[in-house]
Amino acid sequence: MFAKEQVDSIREKKRKWEETTLKKVLDRFPERSQEFGTLSDLPVERVYTPADVADLGYERDLGMPGEYPYTRGIQPTMYRGRFWTMRQYAGFGTAEESNKRYKYLLEQGQTGLSVAFDLPTQIGLDSDHSLAEGEVGKVGVAIDSLEDMETLFAGIPLDKVSTSMTINAPAAVLLAMYIAVAEKQGVAPGKLAGTIQNDILKEYVARGTYIFPPQPSMRLITDTFAYCSTNLPNWNTISISGYHIREAGCTAVQEVAFTLADGIAYVDAAVKAGLDIDKFAPRLSFFFNAHMDLLEEVAKFRAARRLWARIMKERFGAKNPKSFMLRFHTQTAGCALTAQQPDNNVVRVTLQALAAVLGGTQSLHTNSRDEALALPSEDSVRIALRTQQIIAHESGVANTVDPLAGSYYVENLTAHIEKKAMEYIEKIDALGGAVKAIEQGFIQREIQESAYEYQKSVESGKRIVVGVNKYQLEAEEAPKDLLKVDPAVGRYQKEKLSRLRATRDPGAVELALKRLKETAQSDANLLPPIIEAAKVYATLGEICGVLREVFGEYETSVIF
Amino acid sequence: MKERPIRVLIAKPGLDGHDRGAKVLARALRDAGMEVIYTGLRQTPEQIVGTGIQEDVDVIGLSILSGAHTHLFPRVMELLRERGANDILVIGGGIIPEDDIPALKKEGIAEIFTPGTTTQAVIDYIKENVRQG
Amino acid sequence: MTLAEGILAGDQRAIARLITIVENRPREAIPALQALYPHTGKALVVGITGPPGSGKSTLVGRLTKRLRQLGKTVGIIAVDPTSPFTGGAILGDRIRMQDLATDPGVYIRSMGTRGSLGGLAKATHNVIKILDAAGKDYIFVETVGVGQSEVDIVKTADTTLVVLVPGLGDDIQTIKAGILEIADIFVVNKADRQDAGRVVAELEMMLDLSSKEVEWRPPVYSTVATSGKGIDAVVEGIEQHIHYLCQNSKLEARRRERYRAEIMNIVKEGIITQLLDFWSVGGKLETLLAEVAAREKDPYAAAWEIMQTFTGNGKGGS
Ligand code: B12
Ligand SMILES: Nc1nc2c(ncn2[C@@H]2O[C@H](COP(=O)(O)OP(=O)(O)OP(=O)(O)O)[C@@H](O)[C@H]2O)c(=O)[nH]1
Ligand SMILES: [Mg+2]
Repeated sequence: MFAKEQVDSIREKKRKWEETTLKKVLDRFPERSQEFGTLSDLPVERVYTPADVADLGYERDLGMPGEYPYTRGIQPTMYRGRFWTMRQYAGFGTAEESNKRYKYLLEQGQTGLSVAFDLPTQIGLDSDHSLAEGEVGKVGVAIDSLEDMETLFAGIPLDKVSTSMTINAPAAVLLAMYIAVAEKQGVAPGKLAGTIQNDILKEYVARGTYIFPPQPSMRLITDTFAYCSTNLPNWNTISISGYHIREAGCTAVQEVAFTLADGIAYVDAAVKAGLDIDKFAPRLSFFFNAHMDLLEEVAKFRAARRLWARIMKERFGAKNPKSFMLRFHTQTAGCALTAQQPDNNVVRVTLQALAAVLGGTQSLHTNSRDEALALPSEDSVRIALRTQQIIAHESGVANTVDPLAGSYYVENLTAHIEKKAMEYIEKIDALGGAVKAIEQGFIQREIQESAYEYQKSVESGKRIVVGVNKYQLEAEEAPKDLLKVDPAVGRYQKEKLSRLRATRDPGAVELALKRLKETAQSDANLLPPIIEAAKVYATLGEICGVLREVFGEYETSVIF
Repeated sequence: MKERPIRVLIAKPGLDGHDRGAKVLARALRDAGMEVIYTGLRQTPEQIVGTGIQEDVDVIGLSILSGAHTHLFPRVMELLRERGANDILVIGGGIIPEDDIPALKKEGIAEIFTPGTTTQAVIDYIKENVRQG
Repeated sequence: MTLAEGILAGDQRAIARLITIVENRPREAIPALQALYPHTGKALVVGITGPPGSGKSTLVGRLTKRLRQLGKTVGIIAVDPTSPFTGGAILGDRIRMQDLATDPGVYIRSMGTRGSLGGLAKATHNVIKILDAAGKDYIFVETVGVGQSEVDIVKTADTTLVVLVPGLGDDIQTIKAGILEIADIFVVNKADRQDAGRVVAELEMMLDLSSKEVEWRPPVYSTVATSGKGIDAVVEGIEQHIHYLCQNSKLEARRRERYRAEIMNIVKEGIITQLLDFWSVGGKLETLLAEVAAREKDPYAAAWEIMQTFTGNGKGGS
């Protein structure tokens, strides 16, 4: 970005400064540490100058907002046009209770819904399955059939809100139920806006709610791409997630690398299935983590955007600019929040949320201060939402696009993260792509290694976590007003299910499941028979049961 | 002669997929010289108890972050008692609300470790409390 | 009830306890092992070796399930490496077999190598005896799977399965000499992957070329352990091999070799322990070492002196 003579002269100047001004001070006041690094252990220099961004070409590497390579953001006006979508992930207990929480959040000014499902639902088990015992409604809402889904969205106009559903292995089934609820509300599928997470690869490495082996799982995903590109043009068919990988303990570079490598695998699979890249790629969305190292995180978001644009253009030869754009949701890092002195978490979340906004996120979930204690209470969620609103309305950071561009440090770090992530992607390519790398345990091993290193660095005191290994309180106040899920949910849900099984049309269910099985055994698109089954109130467990029968189940590999 | 290694089963009961803590702990225990049996996600109490007995572990460590501990921890203890194996030291960890801890201890869980615990604290606890012989 | 009685009655806790004793304080286990010995010799011991991650554990799980369908009981010993630095180990083979954890007809035990280098743990052969006495029809022994040093398993198993997978590249070349020697049966696992056919063909060719005159030509099976494809054939292959061994009284011969090795080992260890016990008393050994260090004696002379202990010619003879 600077002329060569200018850079040389700056280098010379810095050298002199080091020998004179700096040296004098260092002799008398040594620095806090021999070496400085980011949260992810990337080296951090004392001071950055134009010489550190000498290789950067403004037009090539940054460009204008809304233009290739989208480093500065995917829209020309960013938050001057509209703030990011404030979207708090929520759900627990019964559909009735969660429905109430959603209405509360919408009243409080939240602009989109984000549904958390309980674990049985995420693993495709009905509430009356023996493995669901003790888990129903605990960490999300229990959905067994279309009936529950109708309750969940009662009184919420599905043509007015956008809904994000954190559902992966059975994503197609929940989407089918959503389509069916909309139809009952008189809303056509084409009008639906929202996202299903539908990202199975990161389930294998970091999140754990897998059902089927990789091959049929990838088919379910590409079938969803295909179905939505004609029927639900405003639906984000996948949210390719680095969030969970980061939470499982990886570094910022690994987060970018593993997420984009997964993205490459999905694009490859869809192209192989005969889909037109410029038709499905514009509906791919991403999901990242906002961790504690503010500037590293901003650089990470910018690097990811640039790298994805380049991959789509150069590697896949996409033509549609919308295919180049990495649109992403962000959640603040839950793993950085502590059980000790939980109010400090409000401050942490503010910094993390700021990073997401400075990094140009499209939507944001801010964690609550009771993150490390229980599901968030209503009060805590409100503070978390207010944090976003304060950043949006009061801090001023939303008034200009990509405000940290041009910072020597941030630009240098952006380029550094991009380069390191690309090296990982090349390594994964050499292993045969993300699916193979996962089968061989490569990605899992890398994540675990980082997680262990992190733990050791906290235990050794090399890394300070305020309130945990420094500035502890003698006696912690016992946390109050934590959310408690009513243990009766399980029973309630079971009863509801047995009523449903007794009252629905058994012939229709049987027929729909038979069709589903036949389709699963063929290579036709799975979405139509799944939608059909959902509509006649086949349960989630029954639908997934048929698919389990045909596809088998995934066997995890544990690698140390 | 060198001391015999302590054998530990680290288990994830139920559907919970949070395994970062369990895996970090498994490695830390290994690095402290223990033999660690890790059986992966989605284990039933029956599998955990069966494994603990066959492997003759000194310690069973249960990790749950998804709130199902109130159901699953007592079930493991009940099965251990049924099979006469309640001399095995059982400890637990994860997101366990303080209010739930007394009841779990009454069931026979010796200690509960919550977020922020160092792996060293767990190692020390095991070394001090493991059965002799 | 003594431990041995418990084991003969199939009590899992008794089995578990004696295995622990055998691992930790082997001398203490001797009476129980002696009591069990008359009840051993009925189980068929099947060794499974192959490169790390080739699917050995998954395969053992599948083979076991098949044998259970056929009404057989199964013991499984899965060996993983112990860290030479910390003495700790993560024993992770079981994860592939956890659906068997509640089957009373199956007993699974994980072992760390604890310093042993040949792919098994020192106590493995005694653990086999315990499971044998407990009435298991088949006992699978999964080695650590480092590829090169899998020497113990042939000395331990009646039948040895070598597992290979496509995509090992040149590895197959480097390990081929070793595996041809030890394999009774080859399994090319992960046959759902490309190139599995080529590995099978390559193996067949190697077997054709191997100049060794053989009565038993190791069969080559291809399997997908994760789905169970090809498993029934492997079980049949194992049965055929056992049948072959029995017919030619090879089984007796193989086992006799094993007894010989075992007795020799006991003798060697016993002598060494006795000698060292004797020499440790009163710092005699230290004195001897000091003399060697001072070049007053050479190591041969010193060793000779120790060996003479019980023959009356040594300095410390009784
Ligand atoms: C990281 C994380 C994730 C990651 C998990 C990655 C992974 N592979 O582990 C991701 C993003 C995937 C995730 C997902 C979900 N999460 Co989460 N997650 C967390 C988070 C932020 C940190 C947990 C963590 O790993 N900490 C770091 C490790 C090292 O610490 P640890 O596990 O606590 O272990 C330490 C101690 O607890 C103890 N310990 C733990 N186990 C054991 C066992 C023994 C024997 C011993 C001695 C000690 C011990 O020692 C360890 C060392 O200090 C917590 C909140 C928090 N800050 O704690 C929420 C949290 C656990 N998650 C929660 C929820 C709800 C979910 C979801 C179910 C949401 C949903 N509805 O989809 C999903 C689904 C996950 C699933 N499949 O089960 C809730 C649980 C609520 C509850 N119990 O009431 C929490 C508390 C957040 C919240 N407040 O809402 N999560
Ligand atoms: N694609 C495919 N994967 C398989 C097959 N068999 C096993 N695997 C996978 O390969 C990985 C390793 O399997 P294991 O059974 O643990 O292999 P192992 O040889 O016992 O491994 P170590 O004990 O660590 O040496 C796991 O992820 C299995 O799911 C197969 O036939 N096909
Ligand atoms: Mg194995």
